[in-house]
Amino acid sequence: MDTIKLTIDNREVEVPRGTTILKAAEQMGIKIPTLCHFELDGLALENRPGGCRVCVVEVVGRRNLAPACITECMPDMVVKTNSFRALNARRTVLELMLSDHPNDCLQCPKSGHCELQSLAADMGIREIPFKGQQSQYAKEFSPSIVRDANKCIMCRRCESVCHEYQSVGAIGAVERGFPAVVSTAFGKNLTDTNCVLCGQCVAVCPTGALAEVDNTGKILRDIANPDVKTCVQVAPAVRVALGEEFGMPAGSIVTGKIAAALKAIGFDYVFDTDWSADLTIMEEGTEVIGRLKAYLAGDKNVKIPIMTSCCPAWVNFYEKFYPELRDYPSTAKSPQGMFGATVKTYFADKIGIPRKNLVCVSVMPCVAKKYECEREELGVNGDPDVNYSITTRELARLIKICNIDFNSLPDAEFDSPLGASTGAAVIFGATGGVMEAALRTAVEVLTGETLPRIDFEEVRGLEGVREATIPVPGVADLKVAVVYGLKNARTIMEQIKAGECPYHFVEVMACPGGCIDGAGQPYHHGDASIVRARHAAIYEADRRMPIRKSHENPEVQAIYKEFYGQPCSEKSHHLLHTIYFDKKIKFDID
Amino acid sequence: MVGPKVKITEANYLKIKDICASFNNNPGELINILHKTQGEFGYLPEEVQQVVADCLGIPVGRVYGVVSFYSFFTMKPKGKYAISVCLGTACYVKGAEKILDALKSELKISEGGVTEDGKFSLDVLRCVGACGLAPVMTINGKTYGRLVPEHVKEILAEYAD
Repeated sequence: MDTIKLTIDNREVEVPRGTTILKAAEQMGIKIPTLCHFELDGLALENRPGGCRVCVVEVVGRRNLAPACITECMPDMVVKTNSFRALNARRTVLELMLSDHPNDCLQCPKSGHCELQSLAADMGIREIPFKGQQSQYAKEFSPSIVRDANKCIMCRRCESVCHEYQSVGAIGAVERGFPAVVSTAFGKNLTDTNCVLCGQCVAVCPTGALAEVDNTGKILRDIANPDVKTCVQVAPAVRVALGEEFGMPAGSIVTGKIAAALKAIGFDYVFDTDWSADLTIMEEGTEVIGRLKAYLAGDKNVKIPIMTSCCPAWVNFYEKFYPELRDYPSTAKSPQGMFGATVKTYFADKIGIPRKNLVCVSVMPCVAKKYECEREELGVNGDPDVNYSITTRELARLIKICNIDFNSLPDAEFDSPLGASTGAAVIFGATGGVMEAALRTAVEVLTGETLPRIDFEEVRGLEGVREATIPVPGVADLKVAVVYGLKNARTIMEQIKAGECPYHFVEVMACPGGCIDGAGQPYHHGDASIVRARHAAIYEADRRMPIRKSHENPEVQAIYKEFYGQPCSEKSHHLLHTIYFDKKIKFDID
Repeated sequence: MVGPKVKITEANYLKIKDICASFNNNPGELINILHKTQGEFGYLPEEVQQVVADCLGIPVGRVYGVVSFYSFFTMKPKGKYAISVCLGTACYVKGAEKILDALKSELKISEGGVTEDGKFSLDVLRCVGACGLAPVMTINGKTYGRLVPEHVKEILAEYAD
């Protein structure tokens, strides 16, 4: 490999050509502060504008200070990362930023997770010498995301993920000079733009400029209300991430503690979205088999590839960008939606209360799920199937608010009858998981034989686009693709439009690595090892399950026997399937 | 449960489509396209930016980002007579600010504004290359030089129609 030698802080180092000063210093254990720079290594998320100047270092012989994040190492370069000049410049940059930043850390939703706050603490900022103009933007609310532009430091990480990673482009830099800020076009509310509410902007925002809508107060209110019963469901990816909020290593599996904590908070019924993930496989799997058989029998009207429909940001994406292709995704509701529809009918009847007296809450790794709860079609006469959703981060706050010592909680079980689940359900939390869970059931049903192997390693991994051919003896060689990131999903949609899509079945998730890095998960601040640890934990949780195929879940078998009849029956069509809308912007030409 | 609607007349829609097509719908030509489009319409309202974005296959936020960044582009319609006062160095030294003040009080609008009847709009710019005539203003491209505030009223009277 072509390497070069240079000196950083009086120590010589050898690095591959093209390495930035930031990376070279990092491998020597020198941590140069950064702010706009963001990189989720190997997961396609990055922002490298070199704009904030917090990482400036002195390069001997160079007139200006150099931003370490985008300056490449040169042979015999002499770099000083902590010279008086560099430290002063860095401090001034930060002080200027803080001179137009609200000093409301105590009430800020990012407090404790704010990178600007950490920098100010690390640099020992005690006063801000500059008195200047202050931005005066109003806070903006959408069902999922709160924007407080006064806290925007123009790092433009959100813009990078929105444009480059998701190919959505709802927010970006507008105006110039002091009024320059990240905003939507024409300053509209996110709801009125092409935003799909994936929330990755929230996940990467270093400050409180972008945050999730907080529903913890609603939960406390509803639990205290004697007139309603409360039930809660927990998504797969939450159980491999929540522990981080309580100091546990990334990838800790805390399923039992979550069930215990939710009971301690006071929910009347603590159920599991994993149960309805298994139910989703029954419905979606049956739909896959039906469409595939029709397609293989030569039916030209059947839409192939069938695509997954669990990810709410992905649903928003095809409704807003590809409504003409909205017949391709499965009509199956998401596991959150299926759970809500079942709990408000079957379960409310079972405990003998009207549906409006049963409050259903979900804990999700996601902020788009908050919007999904508000979809009119996912409710009855204005009573939502899932009343509202909280993120993994909000659950952590709720546990702290309720004085619960999470780490010392003994494990508890989810309640019956909507609590049992399989290994196939827990892997819904990672990219490739819905595909694998569907294959475990569909291949077995198609061939009529027990699978010789449960693990479909070929659809696992953390690459943004993966494809595989799954031989189904006597039926076909099934061509499947798994993608995450809506830019990758867009590629598939364009293939379909052009009639060149080679796949039978496609799984799409919007977030990097799937729900494990959903926008509601604990902040990782660009540390990809955290996401990888969650990914490994998801498959570990699968291995630990005694049952690993959805169709073998006894509580799913029971609900079909007792309530739904068959997968894709009339009743399940009514309750477990949905329709999609054309939400693309239209020109009204006259 | 439908997407947002953008109202525009067919004639305007087709005009924008033609302009974009004349640049091969190339997003790299955005600034030139906006330049030409503003030349056509006098300003760049939201619906015009939406059509440009649609033709070029880029998010409308990209278009708005450019329009809001460059002071040349405007989202407000200009008056029938667009007045520009030069505040370049030479004009400024020669008292351009007083000319601007006289215009403001005569028209009862501020910089960037349009009179209620839509007749006059008032903007400032930097240097029209007529420093020898400082201070200078232009009305619909016609240059008026060596101005003193007392001239303002009689010049505006030329545009009485």
